[in-house]
Amino acid sequence: MPFMLNVNRQTFEVDVPEGTPLLWVIRDELKLTGTKFGCGVASCGACTVHVDGEPTRSCVTYVEDVEGAGITTIEGVDSDVSHAVHRAWNELNVVQCGYCQSGQIMSAIGLLSGNRTPTIEEIEDYMWGNACRCAAYQRIRAAVRRASEILEA
Amino acid sequence: MTRQLTRRSFLKSASALSGTVLVIGLDAGNALASAGDAAEFTPFVRITAGGRVTAVVKHFECGQGTATGLATLIAEELNLALDRVEVEFAPADAATYGNFLFGGTQGTGGSSSMASSFMLYRRAGAAAREMLVGAAAEAWGVPADSVTLADGQLSADGHAAPMGEFVASASAREVPAKPRLKDASAFTVIGNPRTARRDNGPKTDGSAVYAMDLHLENQVVAVMLRSPRFGGTLVSFDDSAASDMPGFVRAAALPTRTAVVVYGENTWAALQARDAIGAEWDFSRADNRGSGQIKADLLAAVNGDAEFDAKGSAAETAELLDGAAQVIERDFFFPYLAHATMEPLTCTIAPTENGVMLHDGCQMPTGAQMAVAAVLQIPHENVEVTTLYAGGTFGRRSTQTADYHVEAALAFALAGGRRPVKLVWSREDDIRGGYYRPAVAHKVRIGLDEDGRIVGWDHRVSGTPIFKGGPMDAFIVQNGVDSSSVEGAHDTPYDIPGHHVGLTDDRSPITVNWWRSVGHSHTAYVMETMMDLAAAAAGRDPVDYRMEYLKGGTADHARMAGVLRLAAEKSGWNGPAAEGRSRGVAVHKSFGTFVAEVVEISGNADDGIVIEKVTCAVDCGVAVNPDVVKAQMEGGIGYGIGHAMRNEITFTDGEVDQFNFPDYEPLRISDIRAIETHVVPSTEPPTGVGEPGTPPSGPALANAIAVAGPRVTHLPISTNGVNFA
Repeated sequence: MPFMLNVNRQTFEVDVPEGTPLLWVIRDELKLTGTKFGCGVASCGACTVHVDGEPTRSCVTYVEDVEGAGITTIEGVDSDVSHAVHRAWNELNVVQCGYCQSGQIMSAIGLLSGNRTPTIEEIEDYMWGNACRCAAYQRIRAAVRRASEILEA
Repeated sequence: MTRQLTRRSFLKSASALSGTVLVIGLDAGNALASAGDAAEFTPFVRITAGGRVTAVVKHFECGQGTATGLATLIAEELNLALDRVEVEFAPADAATYGNFLFGGTQGTGGSSSMASSFMLYRRAGAAAREMLVGAAAEAWGVPADSVTLADGQLSADGHAAPMGEFVASASAREVPAKPRLKDASAFTVIGNPRTARRDNGPKTDGSAVYAMDLHLENQVVAVMLRSPRFGGTLVSFDDSAASDMPGFVRAAALPTRTAVVVYGENTWAALQARDAIGAEWDFSRADNRGSGQIKADLLAAVNGDAEFDAKGSAAETAELLDGAAQVIERDFFFPYLAHATMEPLTCTIAPTENGVMLHDGCQMPTGAQMAVAAVLQIPHENVEVTTLYAGGTFGRRSTQTADYHVEAALAFALAGGRRPVKLVWSREDDIRGGYYRPAVAHKVRIGLDEDGRIVGWDHRVSGTPIFKGGPMDAFIVQNGVDSSSVEGAHDTPYDIPGHHVGLTDDRSPITVNWWRSVGHSHTAYVMETMMDLAAAAAGRDPVDYRMEYLKGGTADHARMAGVLRLAAEKSGWNGPAAEGRSRGVAVHKSFGTFVAEVVEISGNADDGIVIEKVTCAVDCGVAVNPDVVKAQMEGGIGYGIGHAMRNEITFTDGEVDQFNFPDYEPLRISDIRAIETHVVPSTEPPTGVGEPGTPPSGPALANAIAVAGPRVTHLPISTNGVNFA
């Protein structure tokens, strides 16, 4: 059935069954593949998008629940926070395989948008649900700190 | 554009849309001689008339940094900034891009990429430089040694031009038989601690394309309903409940009877339809054991006589142990482990004019190509491979059966061979789908004299062999010993007197595979636990005690002792641990690389242990990209510690108990507070770094826990009453 979705400030009409996870609408229908499939049960965070600014696991968010909401994917981020996060991620060579990184970055942007100077504990709490099988955590933690510094400069 | 180069001509110009392109390769000569005549000249670097330089990378990029590393070698010899070198993955062509450390097969593994590429890619870059310099010198009428190439500019007294201007004339020049390589003292890119990874951009803005991201026109998605037990075969299936589900296309039994393939118009439709399909299986040839039985069987094997001897003699060692002042004895158990790559397994097979194109984060192009060709019954050269970024591997994207490539090929054939078929594994498929690090048991008995010195060491191992019976059996298995079961034990650099290593194979249809560091993933744990126990029995410091067995004056001893000393020094080992802290150490050689790690913890087993810091020292020869080396140590340590802490694949009546990340809990950001890596300066040829960080991490943690808590020899650690905060 048809749903109207607002993704990255554009409106799309998609024809999918009710109950389809937003993840698969974004990936298979809209072909925005920066948002990744990692587990399907909200335990890895690779599918993280922003729904009205809030980091949200798109694999357990259903299409009918986000009609009318403002959805942002990694392809659509563009703010002082996202620029700082991208810069920090590049400066610190955070990525390895990179598959989780869209989700890591969407979470980091969510964190820093609400709290520009998070403590290490706040970073770990907030980013806990974003798994990285390459274990790039040390750099993820440092890059959030670095993005915070950039924002505060 | 042809990639066939003649033996003598080494440079080839070809036209591309962007104009003249210089394809520069090199005589693989010495390096490839052992692989026979298959590999001749290899195109590794392209330069366009516009001055655009591309490194053609013969390995895949799974996060280990090889794409950046090989581009670094080209950049160095061309005197270019690294960000001026683009990266492209090579097509499947073993004759051109084979890995000489794999007998010429094209593929990535065994931490061999840099080791097999260091001279090859430097020579390619140096040849390109010499050809361009020669062309400019001739045009300008000046001696070649007065021309320099730097930052993409050729210059000599009174002359200057962008290198692109000489691409066409350089292509007509004689090939330098032995291009002059830059002296290491002149390196500016190799060894630079601040180089940026070449894949930072696309991996942070969502544009990097992984196989999971492919959407080819008219594609159909295939998922597999596999036997819930290893060795089960399909009797029948019923897809009536799926028949009117939206997007469901059809289901079919694989001719191998190992699975039902379920096709959907998209991923969600295929996954939903699969859930609605029922199947009946024949388990008469399956492994129907539970984990308790598997463990008991393995432990029984190591408590009996070994089937094969990997080193020494059981009888001679037994005699030495009989005469020992004391004997320390422990048995060990290591569970099956899944790789759990972040990107679940996937690939797409699409029809081409004369065959197919495999789109894959392809770890072993030759194996995948052969396997797909065999299924489709077409010549292997008609199976092309497009290598995409891989969302991790840890070994999983290469199996000796090319398991998921075969599945995709069968699904492609059953779908009629006209539509592109994208095979998708879910996370549950991945966790439950086999090709695990084998479950392994060890039993060690060490005899010590009155002074605590080792007089004999009897070591028995049992697990399912990885290579035996497979295509590489003849290369790996000697006298019945699959070295992947005992590597790191029978070939330890320690000078161990009276050392016997025996092996008993376990046979099960539960599929096993190499898993980051392969045999070292368990042997290092055993060696380094036993070393600590021996040191304690001798009343010696664990670092000092290990040093006693590294005094033979060999290069291995010097390097192993070197990293051990460095890790000890940087971790403050020689001073007392801070209040409430405990430290453990481990050192191990794997894949030619030496790594020592000191793990410092706080807390206790009851209330929860906190991993405060891991101090790592690594000697991998020349560190081409020191920051990549550090990242690989950080990642390897995290991978090793995470699994040692709490991961296991277990079975009940032959079925895997785990499903997804909630019950195969990955390492999380808060699990290790800090990792500090020190790279030993070296002029030795580079060795690998993708795996060697992993082996010492588990035992270093266990040794730290044992200072004030239990001595854990049955993994994972969390099943021994040890909690983590």
